[in-house]
Amino acid sequence: MSTININYNPSVSGFVLALSRESNQDVNACFQCRKCAVGCPIAFAMDLTPTQIIHSARLGLEDNVFNSKTIWLCASCHTCTTRCPQDVDIARVMDAARILAVKRGVQPSVKSVERFLYTSVKNIEWFGRLYELGLIMALKLKSREFTKDMKLGLEMFKKGKIKLIPSFKGMWDARKICRAVKKKESR
Amino acid sequence: MSYAYYPGCSLHSTAEEYDRSFRQVCSGLGIELEEVSNWICCGSSPAHETSHLLSIALPAHNLSIVERSGKEEVVVPCAACYSRFKFALHEVERDKGLSQQVNEVIGSEFRGKVNVIHPLEILSDRGTLAEFKAVNDLSFIKAVCYYGCLLTRPPKVMKFDSCENPTSMDNVLRSVGVTVLDWSFKTECCGASLALSETGIVVKLVGDLLTEAKRAGANAVAVACPLCHANLDTRQTEAEDLRGEKLGIPIFYFTELIGLALGYGKKELGFDKHIVSAEPLLSRLHGGV
Repeated sequence: MSTININYNPSVSGFVLALSRESNQDVNACFQCRKCAVGCPIAFAMDLTPTQIIHSARLGLEDNVFNSKTIWLCASCHTCTTRCPQDVDIARVMDAARILAVKRGVQPSVKSVERFLYTSVKNIEWFGRLYELGLIMALKLKSREFTKDMKLGLEMFKKGKIKLIPSFKGMWDARKICRAVKKKESR
Repeated sequence: MSYAYYPGCSLHSTAEEYDRSFRQVCSGLGIELEEVSNWICCGSSPAHETSHLLSIALPAHNLSIVERSGKEEVVVPCAACYSRFKFALHEVERDKGLSQQVNEVIGSEFRGKVNVIHPLEILSDRGTLAEFKAVNDLSFIKAVCYYGCLLTRPPKVMKFDSCENPTSMDNVLRSVGVTVLDWSFKTECCGASLALSETGIVVKLVGDLLTEAKRAGANAVAVACPLCHANLDTRQTEAEDLRGEKLGIPIFYFTELIGLALGYGKKELGFDKHIVSAEPLLSRLHGGV
């Protein structure tokens, strides 16, 4: 059995402070009741439970957090946030962990989710209102899964659920806002 | 009554039947809707999962348009948009630094003085259905109400209904004559936007939800969220394959069921857009649809 040395002093883990700052949450308030893990509907597909993510952060084990599938699989359903007896917005902490991972150039462990998120944001920046067909095409080009959901997509198209032409309404406002945010965040 | 109306991206595309049926029901009940001019996407999950500032700025921009129009209330049927709008109000109120940054980014002043409401609030809390007279008898529709995640969670932000056992949709549908059944999956998650990235997770959750609906004795599921509808409707066949059993449960926006009770037909309400056909169930309606 291998052993690791852990200096357990949550108050000095630089990582938990960075995560607390980014999420505007007191991550150290967690007392490990595991309600977040028990209620999480996606836990069956995660490698670490939400409790383990929070605990890893408190121990300063940032690789555990950044390399987990958990931070990418979180569906933002807010069950954990709603039930946390210590009032930690865990879903917001997951957002913050993702944002920090990207800032630090960590390769996402669930590439499909990262691709979906950033392609969607780009789509909003370009079109103002989400242009579904453009999003689906861009995702297919990036994932190279050309045949996935083809039958369903065609059926939805036939029923008029997927539009051929984007709306472009409010496009310039969306671009202005997205660019101003990027400028502020790069400072 | 007149409200500003923010449909959001889904109601102009994948959830067009939600938009159509909501407008139809409003016109039937004498509620006026005025679509917010030049609205843009609320940012939904992709915004808050990648930038907190962006996730507040996009809804704040839309709400500032409503403020400038002089309207005090905006009705938002999409659960994701409704959630992001409420988050924007919540964050801007408690974080002055963020509020200032948001104003700089959107290039106007957002005061946070507009009230964001969901159609269920209008229909359940404001006595809109008090004198409702059903044209069609819908008692053969045995529906479970599926609220999903974002309508009620987290409660300190949403301040709507109960976060563990909501009843507003149950009450609304019961008052228009639908047989509403109780079940324990009202606020379970359908996997949301993972449908376009990790589809297998969504298929598993949809299978769990629909099996439970069936076990409760339901022949229909009523929803108030375009993503819940998309997942339960479009991923149902895959969920059937995964579980090796036929489900065949039509998924309705609650507004479609109210419209049906008011006597509107499938074209006016948009049932023909469903992937899981509602026809076999609705063939039991006296006089057809």
